[in-house]
Amino acid sequence: MSETNSPTPMHETAIPSSLRTHTVADAWQCFDRNDVAGLNAFLSLDRDATTTGALTGTGALAGVPVAIKDNLATLTLPTTCASRILEGYVSPFEATAVRRLREAGAVVIGKTNMDEFAMGSSTENSAYGPTRNPLDRDRVPGGSSGGSAAAVAAGVVRIALGSETGGSVRQPAAFCGIVGVKPTYGRVSRYGLVAYASSLDNVGVFGSTVAEAAAALEIIAGHDPLDSTSADVPVPPMLPARAHDDVAKPLSGLVVGKPREYFPANLDPRIASHCERALAQLAALGAEVREVSLPSTDLAIPVYYIIAPAEASSNLARYDGARYGARAEAGDLRSMYERTRSRGFGDEVTRRILLGTYVLSAGYYDAYYKRAQAVRTLITREFADVFASGVHLLFTPTTPTPAFRLGELSDPYEMYLSDIFTVTANLAGVPAMSQPIGLVDGLPVGGQFMAPHFAEPTMLRAAAALEAALGATAGAAGVTA
Amino acid sequence: MSVTPDDVRHVATLARLGLDEQRIPALVGELNGILAHMDVLQQVDVSGVPLTPPDQAAPLRPDARPADALQRTRESFAPAMRDGFFLVPRLTTHGAQGASADEGDAA
Repeated sequence: MSETNSPTPMHETAIPSSLRTHTVADAWQCFDRNDVAGLNAFLSLDRDATTTGALTGTGALAGVPVAIKDNLATLTLPTTCASRILEGYVSPFEATAVRRLREAGAVVIGKTNMDEFAMGSSTENSAYGPTRNPLDRDRVPGGSSGGSAAAVAAGVVRIALGSETGGSVRQPAAFCGIVGVKPTYGRVSRYGLVAYASSLDNVGVFGSTVAEAAAALEIIAGHDPLDSTSADVPVPPMLPARAHDDVAKPLSGLVVGKPREYFPANLDPRIASHCERALAQLAALGAEVREVSLPSTDLAIPVYYIIAPAEASSNLARYDGARYGARAEAGDLRSMYERTRSRGFGDEVTRRILLGTYVLSAGYYDAYYKRAQAVRTLITREFADVFASGVHLLFTPTTPTPAFRLGELSDPYEMYLSDIFTVTANLAGVPAMSQPIGLVDGLPVGGQFMAPHFAEPTMLRAAAALEAALGATAGAAGVTA
Repeated sequence: MSVTPDDVRHVATLARLGLDEQRIPALVGELNGILAHMDVLQQVDVSGVPLTPPDQAAPLRPDARPADALQRTRESFAPAMRDGFFLVPRLTTHGAQGASADEGDAA
């Protein structure tokens, strides 16, 4: 690699000892002991990963096993996006986020299952079968990064990479009882992330704890000249060891907004109760909790499901049988394109390509796509106005329900609504995260923080304080290895 | 606005997707069901609202050749090569037009 592609120099990363004590051998022991193969969390495994030499490295993550969502390009394993159209495809280059993990000494043990091309909220839309939630195998792990979330929740790895377009890290983190972080748009390079909706896509991280997720984020963050949307801003310590002198009130001076639109009257009262308990805990830690309003929240799902499919219809045009993966036999070029794509794409991808092509087509562009972009601007302005009013963070539920059963949501729009509290952060480009805050019927409930652009350290500091305060009552998935 | 079967056929053509006729009625229903939820956007006053927030314009990068990200030899990208050229699967239509029998059998 040219030196122009070297990561931004970072300060010394504080790596939690919990990461360094979980070895590749532990990962495989956990995999076999807990029948992780039955979860269908991985699409490919590198059982020889221990022989790559990484274990002898001295990097911050030397010898730490990690799992990578299968839409991030890797040199050593296939990158299929859980689609038949990319079956067996091995990338000739590696995603910047993956390369930075490897350069820190991490060992990539496998690529994880996902909704095809990251289109879904359950990881049921994989061409290779659904992933199951390790906490209840009759339920989904969430999506689209469900395989990575399941790998962490099952204890195989303590950190994993996922990706987000509308909540695909936070929602599965909530369903699996772990921590999931979506950084500011541009904080982490998208180079090597297979494009779904380019203006919304982010590489995100999963961790068993806030500190582990913060460490992983700090390593993959930073400017990358190979991604023109990568932000050329310094990478600060993501989780400062101590940011306030008052140990009893570590969040003193912090203002946490509670947006009323994220607590509708029909919200499951048990989820609302856990959020209220978390907010009370934040107040006990010294934060001021203030009710705020983001009035365009109800418009986020319609806006998202116009913009994302529109961008997807363009990005997925490259899968035509001529460039990548599978090719169908046909008598002429056009038929080859059409047969390859109709056989290679699953139902949800086909539906979104058709929807996206429709809203971009002549006669409908102004009514749908152009209007959705304008409403996206309104949503972004509302976030900016709330943060400009002195609010440092927002706190909300991550999802309206705990993990649902496999096959329970058959109506596409009903499935889309599971991202109702997460899509706004992607539309506005702000960082957001989910962490466990309690249990409902034995299933984890996620609480969500959102922050101004590039304010990840503030968000992670509050999350770490809340995690410590809630302790075992948060309902985090246990790491068993 | 509602989607018709002809709309689905037209959009599928634009998107280079071959659809079985039997699938079209279900797709019409699904797309209309989804688009019905989008109608709420028609009630929003967006006059004068820009399509992109002023502070979120895409950043520009220097107009310079980026680093070469390809780490493998070009021979490793193709199933076979001959005389420095990639051998790729042959389209049936090309074969019918008299392409030599030993060309493009690498797939």
